Amino acid sequence: MSVLCLVELDAAGPTDGSLRALTFARELAGPVTGGPALIAVLFAAANRADAAQLGRYGVTEAYVIEPEALDGYAPQAWARTLQGLASLVLAGAVVAAGTDRGHEVLAHLGALTGQPMAANCLSARPAADGTIAVARQRWAGLLIEDAVLSGSPALLSVATDALPPAEVDAPAGVDPPAVHVHEPDLAPADLAVRAEISAGADGGVSLASARVVVGGGRGVGGPDGFAPLEELASLLGGVVGVSRVVTSQGWRPHTQQVGQTGTKITPELYLACGISGAIQHMAGCASAKHIVAVNTDPGAPILARADYAVIGDLSEVIPALVAALKERG
Amino acid sequence: MEIGVCVKRVPQVGGRIVVTPDGQDVDTRMSGFAISPHEECAVEEAVQITERLGGRVSVITLGPPEAAEQLRDALALGAHRAVLLDSGGQEWGPAATAAAIAGQARGQAEAGQGYDLLLMGNEAADTGDYQVGVRVAHALGWPCVTGIKHLEIDSGQARARRDNPAGAETFQVTLPAVISVKEGINLPRYPSLPGRLRAKRAAIERSQPQWQPEGLRKQALRVPEETHQQATVLGTGAGAVPALVALLDELGVLK
Repeated sequence: MSVLCLVELDAAGPTDGSLRALTFARELAGPVTGGPALIAVLFAAANRADAAQLGRYGVTEAYVIEPEALDGYAPQAWARTLQGLASLVLAGAVVAAGTDRGHEVLAHLGALTGQPMAANCLSARPAADGTIAVARQRWAGLLIEDAVLSGSPALLSVATDALPPAEVDAPAGVDPPAVHVHEPDLAPADLAVRAEISAGADGGVSLASARVVVGGGRGVGGPDGFAPLEELASLLGGVVGVSRVVTSQGWRPHTQQVGQTGTKITPELYLACGISGAIQHMAGCASAKHIVAVNTDPGAPILARADYAVIGDLSEVIPALVAALKERG
Repeated sequence: MEIGVCVKRVPQVGGRIVVTPDGQDVDTRMSGFAISPHEECAVEEAVQITERLGGRVSVITLGPPEAAEQLRDALALGAHRAVLLDSGGQEWGPAATAAAIAGQARGQAEAGQGYDLLLMGNEAADTGDYQVGVRVAHALGWPCVTGIKHLEIDSGQARARRDNPAGAETFQVTLPAVISVKEGINLPRYPSLPGRLRAKRAAIERSQPQWQPEGLRKQALRVPEETHQQATVLGTGAGAVPALVALLDELGVLK
């Protein structure tokens, strides 16, 4: 099956989510038996080398939509472009990363083509009858749905934690994909909604990519209890994250929320202080490499998910930890 | 301003999710129900807009008759009118749901009370399909933006912003439009006592839209395998700090 994959770019090139989506799409496409199997689509690619290097991920052909044809992000225009390319290459499936843009563009493509879309897929296996057996996340990954997806093309977004990005196993090296510059056929209405992009407000470490996250929950007690957590986070070169109760009480801004309706974090260490561990919160920190809980309640659900725990009051433990780290220098 | 807000009744799950023995549903015998979190913020946003600009908020849900409870929750927060689209005991997928909502919005326009704005949550807490708003917008021929965390409405225009890893994306759209929001756009208020009393007495308009099958067919639900062991306890209180420092050192997170 030929599979079309949307590749999102940031300043450093293809995004991590898109490399995972390409890995997923390559498995869905199956072995190449002549003809293009995995076709990447890159929008506003100022640097054509981004497309050429995708051979390492098994891309056989790439379509580059240059800024002159379609400048910036316009969800319906991107979907219209994918629709045209899917017909051109007879794609059996269109795949994108399970990101804001990936979901939005695929949803538009679903509406334009009248096809169903499966969001946040973990795996996909073509069946003999032309359908695709998918496993996908519900409840932000707390539940898995096994489902049958029909559709031509089938539309799938890939959960950002479904699988690691993997290059093809080709000791002799890979052929770079054939790169085409493509001018999409767009109607004015396709461009009615387009984004103005502005740089991030603060240059600090972001919650999503922080190496250490110090979490605070109900046990922090109020807006004034976060100073020791902030101090600890800064000593560890990390940031503070909070549970939903903290933001819904207005103690901290929502941008710091870890969980199903907040940010998914992927740190080396998540030090969860005064957090009971509701599953909606755990959905946001399941990808943390190590979880250490500080909690007064040895029966708190988070102890069943953490690797290590300190049983005690965070207002006692955290200042003592800060003092010990400072002494260590 | 006529604003429609779409909400969904979802189980309130706490410590863990349990699937029914037939693998077809979440077991809700032990749980309550609530409005999806993003949608609770959509209701608050709609109420705030009408407090500023005047107008009316209609809260719409597709669900079982019991979803009237969530409509009353929204009325207690300040919505003015409630519409229940009865799901007739079926599980509705995103395409059918979008068609039902678009149908309701069209009926509203035919009655001369068309919506200027349809607000939704970015995705439902349970099914997480990420597409209903966009499909509604296409069915109505309206513009759509999703995942919004900041919204300004002024003279027939919406200015909507969302975050992305590199910064922010701002969209300017002409109303009527479909806008889906995320938690964090506001802090929903607590319902007032008069609000609760008004909600309890309010009439709920009901209709039964036509169900349709989906191209994504659920086979079964399952809980991901849990391989985790109970946490190793390092100690109690401040006395555990030396062990904690040693652990952080071992994990390589000390600078």
